[in-house]
Amino acid sequence: MEVLAKIAAELQRGEDESVRSLTQAALDQSVEADRILNEGLIAGMQVVGDRFHVHEIFLPEVLLAARAMNAGLEILKPHLGRTSVGASGTVVIGTVQGDLHDIGKNLVGIMLGAAGFEVIDLGRDVSPEQFVDAARERGADVIGMSALLTTTMPAMKRVVALLKEQDLDASVRTVIGGAPVTQEYAREIGADGYGFDAAHAVDCVRSLVGQA
Amino acid sequence: MNQPFLDRVANGPVVIADGGLGGILIERGVRPGGCPEALVLSQPDLLREVAADYLAAGAEVVQTNTFGGSPLKLAAYGLDDRTEEINSRAVELVREVVRGRAYVCGSCGPCGRVLEPYGDIAPDEVRAGFRRQIGALVEAGVDVLCIETMIDLAEAKLAIRAARDVSADIPVMATMTFDATPRGFYTIMGNDVPAAAAGLAGAGADVVGSNCGNGIEKMVAIAREFRQQTTEPLVIQPNAGVPKMVDGRAVYSESPEFMAQHAAELLELGVDVIGGCCGTTPAHTAALKRALRI
Repeated sequence: MEVLAKIAAELQRGEDESVRSLTQAALDQSVEADRILNEGLIAGMQVVGDRFHVHEIFLPEVLLAARAMNAGLEILKPHLGRTSVGASGTVVIGTVQGDLHDIGKNLVGIMLGAAGFEVIDLGRDVSPEQFVDAARERGADVIGMSALLTTTMPAMKRVVALLKEQDLDASVRTVIGGAPVTQEYAREIGADGYGFDAAHAVDCVRSLVGQA
Repeated sequence: MNQPFLDRVANGPVVIADGGLGGILIERGVRPGGCPEALVLSQPDLLREVAADYLAAGAEVVQTNTFGGSPLKLAAYGLDDRTEEINSRAVELVREVVRGRAYVCGSCGPCGRVLEPYGDIAPDEVRAGFRRQIGALVEAGVDVLCIETMIDLAEAKLAIRAARDVSADIPVMATMTFDATPRGFYTIMGNDVPAAAAGLAGAGADVVGSNCGNGIEKMVAIAREFRQQTTEPLVIQPNAGVPKMVDGRAVYSESPEFMAQHAAELLELGVDVIGGCCGTTPAHTAALKRALRI
């Protein structure tokens, strides 16, 4: 379908106005909202994520693409059935206590939303208690934590420990990410997954929810 | 210091600058999470102590604890209205310790926001923020500024221009942080070394280069690229490797000896100012000093 390919292409160019109007045009042509999401917006963002991963493009292009994706999602949301929004699961995300960096966390939130997850974004400087309380209250499947500083990474360990203390570690899985975070660190603190970039974090969440 | 900083750089030999600060503060009991710059108000003795250790190790440049001292960054802690107080107090602390035996260097890191059109902040606002911070640093008497750890050349240039708004002749060092990619060295925002070398100097920096990053060996390669691009004086301040978390603490793998050994290659490339960033300590400074025989 031509309009879907155009949405994906304009999203890759970071053209939020075009993505917005093309998404509306696709709806007007009675293209199903799910197809617009998957074959237009997500398909485009997937290419952006892949090209970022191999350093063909850099953060500015990703940020513009993410903004374009959000523009399309705004139009699309009222048309996505209950089966789409939150159908994949619920994820609580945030930047850990003491850490105020949120570019990466925001990207992950957008990508998770696009992948059909209900995303509860607790923002920056989120305490371990806030993560766990929100996950319990909202019945979340996964907690996603971000840190940019080596000094704030230990807060991730406290979240994992707190889930265990409250016997929630079987129902709520944890995924961590951020520049200084490694697979090794995830293993060390007992986190269930590690996302080395936003797209990979989404794959990781998807596979954890699939297992649950 | 008898001669102005830039004369000292021009006349040689290589200038040894100090190393990291954050990691040392944590080692000495500072709990992570608060505003690091507010320590100039709450724990001045600790900062004096670290400055004294770097001076004793032979650092000829000692930095202020003002990396996040832009009001845009301080605002995250509700401290933006104390920008002038924090920055000028930070300078006083270092000055009291070094008493003319080292250059007092005003540190200035990124403002923590992404510039339009990719992010939500206008260039003028970023420049005005840096102008407030740098105005306070210069007013309090720094000998040189170091605009550092920049990942967006546009933001680095705004900071340099803010420094030039404040003073036409304050010496300015400006450094960016690059990742090693299969296609070469790039910042996360996509700036390469040629763009940085030209852009930083073009905006008015006197000394250009790189800091932070992935250890001394990659820094030697980055320095080589800078040297191919520019005849400007160069400053290189590497991390002590990539941090690993051990028992909840960041551990850096590169020893003082390892760094000092490779620093000789920086000297051969004609790097003018050599110091350290995250994970480096007064022991690294002392090793550099010994290895470079100055």
